[in-house]
Amino acid sequence: MSRAGRGNTEAYAQELNRKRAALRNDEEEDQPVGNGNKAAFGVGGSYDTDVYGGSTRGNRNDNYLESIGTGEEDDVDEDSVPTGPKKTSDFNAPHKFIQEVANMAENEDPFAETRTKTIAERQSKYHERARQRQISPERIDAFVDQTPDMRNRGYAEIMKEQRYQEERGKVERELADRAKSGDLQVSQPDKKKGRWDDSAKKEEALGAGSATPSQTTAGSAPRKRLGVTSISADAATPHVNRWDETPVHGSGVADATPSADRWASTPAAMTPRRNRWDETPKDSVRDGGMTPGWGMETPAHGAHDDVKVEDTPSASKRRSRWDLTPSQTPAPGSATPLQAGGQTPSFTPSGAMGAMTPGGATPIGTAAMSMKTPAVPIIPMTPEQMQIYRWEKEIDDRNRPLSDEELDSLFPPGYKVLVPPIGYIPARTPSRKLLATPTPMGGMGMGGFHMPGTPERDGIGEKGVGGIIDTQPKNAELPPLKPDDMQYFDKLLMDVDESTLTKEEKNEREIMEHLLKIKNGTPPMRKNGLRKITENARKYGAGPLFNQILPLLMSPSLEDQERHLMVKVIDRILYKLDDLVRPYVHKILVVIEPLLIDEDYYARVEGREIISNLAKAAGLATMISTMRPDIDNVDEYVRNTTARAFAVVASALGIPALLPFLKAVCKSKKSWQARHTGIKIVQQMAILMGCAVLPHLKSLVEIVEGGLDDEQQKVRTITALCLAALAEASTPYGIEAFDSVLKPLWKGIRMHRGKGLAAFLKAIGYLIPLMDAAYASSYTREVMLILIREFVSPDEEMKKIVLKVVKQCCGTDGVEAPYIRDEILPSFFKAFWNQRMAMDRRNYRQLVDTTVEIAQKVGSVEMIARIVDDLKDENEQYRKMVMETIENIVALQGATEIDARLEEQLIDGLLYAFQEQTQEDSVMLDGFGTICTGLGRRAKAYLPQICGTILWRLNNKSAKVRQQAADLISRIAPVMHMCEEEKLMGHLGLVLYEYLGEEYPEVLGSILGALKAICNVIGMTKMTPPIKDLLPRLTPILKNRHEKVQENCIDLVGAIADRGSEFVSAREWMRICFELLELLKAHKKSIRRAAINTFGYIAKAIGPHDVLATLLNNLKVQERQLRVCTTVAIAIVAETCAPFTVLPAIMNEYRVPEINVQNGVLKALSFMFEYIGEMAKDYIYAVTPLLIDALMERDQVHRQIAIDAVAHLSLGVYGFGCEDALMHLLNYVWPNMLENSPHLIQRWVFACEGMRVSLGPLKVMQYCLQALWHPARKVREPVWKVFNNLILGSADALVAGYPRIENTDKNEYIRYELDYTL
Amino acid sequence: MAAPGERFHVLAQLEHLQSKYTGTGHADLNRHEWLVNQHRDTRASQMSHPGANSFIAIVENESRARTRFNLLNRMILPCGPPPEKSALDDL
Repeated sequence: MSRAGRGNTEAYAQELNRKRAALRNDEEEDQPVGNGNKAAFGVGGSYDTDVYGGSTRGNRNDNYLESIGTGEEDDVDEDSVPTGPKKTSDFNAPHKFIQEVANMAENEDPFAETRTKTIAERQSKYHERARQRQISPERIDAFVDQTPDMRNRGYAEIMKEQRYQEERGKVERELADRAKSGDLQVSQPDKKKGRWDDSAKKEEALGAGSATPSQTTAGSAPRKRLGVTSISADAATPHVNRWDETPVHGSGVADATPSADRWASTPAAMTPRRNRWDETPKDSVRDGGMTPGWGMETPAHGAHDDVKVEDTPSASKRRSRWDLTPSQTPAPGSATPLQAGGQTPSFTPSGAMGAMTPGGATPIGTAAMSMKTPAVPIIPMTPEQMQIYRWEKEIDDRNRPLSDEELDSLFPPGYKVLVPPIGYIPARTPSRKLLATPTPMGGMGMGGFHMPGTPERDGIGEKGVGGIIDTQPKNAELPPLKPDDMQYFDKLLMDVDESTLTKEEKNEREIMEHLLKIKNGTPPMRKNGLRKITENARKYGAGPLFNQILPLLMSPSLEDQERHLMVKVIDRILYKLDDLVRPYVHKILVVIEPLLIDEDYYARVEGREIISNLAKAAGLATMISTMRPDIDNVDEYVRNTTARAFAVVASALGIPALLPFLKAVCKSKKSWQARHTGIKIVQQMAILMGCAVLPHLKSLVEIVEGGLDDEQQKVRTITALCLAALAEASTPYGIEAFDSVLKPLWKGIRMHRGKGLAAFLKAIGYLIPLMDAAYASSYTREVMLILIREFVSPDEEMKKIVLKVVKQCCGTDGVEAPYIRDEILPSFFKAFWNQRMAMDRRNYRQLVDTTVEIAQKVGSVEMIARIVDDLKDENEQYRKMVMETIENIVALQGATEIDARLEEQLIDGLLYAFQEQTQEDSVMLDGFGTICTGLGRRAKAYLPQICGTILWRLNNKSAKVRQQAADLISRIAPVMHMCEEEKLMGHLGLVLYEYLGEEYPEVLGSILGALKAICNVIGMTKMTPPIKDLLPRLTPILKNRHEKVQENCIDLVGAIADRGSEFVSAREWMRICFELLELLKAHKKSIRRAAINTFGYIAKAIGPHDVLATLLNNLKVQERQLRVCTTVAIAIVAETCAPFTVLPAIMNEYRVPEINVQNGVLKALSFMFEYIGEMAKDYIYAVTPLLIDALMERDQVHRQIAIDAVAHLSLGVYGFGCEDALMHLLNYVWPNMLENSPHLIQRWVFACEGMRVSLGPLKVMQYCLQALWHPARKVREPVWKVFNNLILGSADALVAGYPRIENTDKNEYIRYELDYTL
Repeated sequence: MAAPGERFHVLAQLEHLQSKYTGTGHADLNRHEWLVNQHRDTRASQMSHPGANSFIAIVENESRARTRFNLLNRMILPCGPPPEKSALDDL
């Protein structure tokens, strides 16, 4: 394009336009504008496709996009590198280099790997379809006694629409077929004249307003019909594609087919909508129509001041239309005109632009854009777009001319501004700029580096997104927005006067604030937001709430955590809204159903919970009428998720409630889809509910059995799968229920091939375990023929099913070992035991399971002998599979059957496989350990060889090898003990002791573990090195910060303290005590627990006195975790050394006037009473005064701990006649019921519960009776909690204690039976 | 409901758990409901303790089965009809 830059631009442009017009008149325009197709100098070129996108207005019938493809195929390649569909580059570097550079740029983000992926990013194509569904508008609530809102649709309308859609799909398909076969010709309406055509009339076309094509009156423009969509639009529906319309201004829109426009529902679209193409650049005469990509900001001086360049379809801008979030661009196939209303619920983009420009900022960039083309920025941007946009802004901003002030500050004094010479025109031709700046798409990486601004010159990196858009809501308490939040929360960026808002607007704003807090806020903010939104749920109403929450959940940039939070919000408000939710059930289902097939387990659970709560809130009738239309939806995805949702509804409301419905659906004559889905529902129910289907098994089987003879293959397959699921769920019961399907299944496996056969085999496979032995045997024989035939099937799915069925068959009683040995095993091993099976994880698992199952029948030797040689296979994965199989067989059946020859082979293989392993997992180690243990004393002969290997490998250079060797010692130490190889163990112990200087913590941990194992089997006395040498060596290792080291070390020390404490001096133990205190800080709970237990052992060994002193001192530290652990340790010391040795000291410590210490003492008491149980009866009178004192303390936490102690105490002394003391304590506990702290109330309820047990329910009830009917709710509430506990715990005992209430004139309140006397 | 913050932790769970059983009450219970529960509890207890059942049978001079049946029947509206709802209740 550089030619545009030279010479007289205007003249040149005119020339070009003329030529182009001439060319068009010659009807020779279909020359391809392909990649690398350079225009020769002086020849009428074509439009810059990189500026105008792949299709130019001028070129009529080549690649002009006739319609927006909303299918995913179209979106995918937007990201791939050659941006415009057909891009003529300015320079023609070989394509691969451009590609390479682009790739590099894309891979630029060094944090890309660490970034948490959004859900959308990790989803498969299939899952992605969730976001293409639209959030349907609310429906009529049939249970409300009002005339339904006419705008809402009821069941009948929806069903009608569904039929209509189906019909339309059919017609469309047919038309497409016919068009393909050539029966149908595309009608070419007379040519429309585009705006680009009338370059001849350029002069009059100046100014934006006159851009309407002169000849076409608005709305009457003939539409161009091309392609399938438009054919169908013609034939079936008033479905009008947006781009089919003639771009017209103002009044023209009203003339267009009403509400067929996909954006019609948004107010923005109602306003006269200016198409980006509509405007002829004002000065197109001057620059020849070559508007540059980003000239939004033109310097404000010079002759051509008004040369504001229009927003132009640079590649990045173009994307924005297609890249809308799916909630706003439904697939055209599924968009019914009416439904469009629900797509953009409440996000009126009215104020969006105002919000995006912070007050006072110069309206460059966005603002300018917004003035010219309202469409682009109003449409919410995806993160990538935002990124690109920001990047563009940044480039513009950095290249902005220096202002006078800035120049002043740069130059030394004495410079002055010169007047430009007359006739000077600044070389600011936009085309030059085009060259100077890189193409936007090439250099874009997500979240790349942004250079911070220098203090003198404000950078833009730190001013939120692009420095143009402020991301901090006006309410400073709210968390900042993320770029992709903009479309949902943009209203919060505006500063509005609350008083001017209507109630709805205010509510909407409030909800938005809460949601933003929940989504982006800190945990306290989130909690607060969640609470507020729950509390006010009924006030806000279901509509406004869901209209905001659901689009958020459909957002493509959602992350797991955010989804979790939003789902949580729904859960909470569902609970509150209850039946108000009915009109919104479908909306919610559309969003929640995809969770049911999410790969994340917790997402699935959450989804189930929501749907089950929804079912409970809305009721069965609403659920059925809402979901019924989706059952025969044309989209398989919708049917699949609906089936799963139905299964959840069944589990929530009970299977019987759903049976009649299912029966009707599965017998549907109208569509096979309905039958398919119905049967799938039953299958999902079986999977979801397991053995809970048993009571209804008979009816469920009856419902689905018809599907086995269905004319549709898919229905037959799903029926077989459904029966398999039912059988699996009901094992080992319920064969009677399946009687009626056995025969069709049986016939089925002979008739089918491929996938169908796999399903039928699966069903048979799951049914066989349910049968009696005799039946099972004969069935197995029959089915085995087919199974063996299918052994060689290349289909992976078939392989898995065959393996599963073989496992089921062989596990059944009636199948005899000789049969398996002769008939199955040869082909089984031939077909499956090969390296390829080890590659796929699921195949691997299944094969191991099946082989182990067969081994149960035919004996371990038979199987092990067949595979033992494969332990030396060259493929490691395969060796692992062999090892795991042998391990499982030996673990189940022992090694008694293994003869000497096989034993040798086995050990040989083991050693080989162990030494050759490179992967780091425990399969080999476990296998080695299990097999050696299985061999028991027979392993003695091989131990020297094994130990030799270990010793040699302990010395290896590679840390991993050393670690494995040490780990192996801990596995085989018990076997060595069994084989009386104490000398060998002693030797190993010494070697390990020498290796305690190991520097790799992983290895050191393993070495300590090995020492521990040896120590445990050999005993403390016989241990070499002697304990008195070993322990001092361990003390410094306790300081190691690595968790594995800490854990193993503390375990070893604990074991020594427990069993060999006498070998070590008290001084050494005290030293260890101090080290242990540090370990209480550990993150891992098992370490802290081990440390605390070790305190107990040490205290037992050297007496509690010193240990206790250390611990009590530790109560003074600041860290809470440390103090808590210390109190637990004190309690354990008290338990192991009898409380009387400890109690005086800690009660004395309570006198220290320091709140932490006192709390610690109380907590220690509380733990102690918990641990010592009934021993407390001897101490209750001793501690009561202290507890009384604590219960009168001002500090709430203090009382809380004291109440906890009382609760444990009271439970401990139940039945020992301490009621006097307990009653005394209860008198001090009781007044705490008025506290606000939920923790305190919780303990108080707990203490009352303890008192119920130890004092008796009647005593506690008498306390309650005083307050149950108190005028103050604040008093009644906590007491009812206690009273309810009394009822739940001892309702029977209360009968005798209820007060006698006199009769009234209407009611008889006296329980006369209690007055009976004999 | 106590303090708004505690809706969803242990205490709220306790409350939820309690509310699942019949016979439990809450701060807005009225006298009639409470007493109906008491009556039913009482009869259930008398029915299911063989000793108490025999005792009442002897006093009422009925068979044990009849007594049981009577007690069961007395659980239907044990205290007569519920009081009329007054406008004040909804406050």
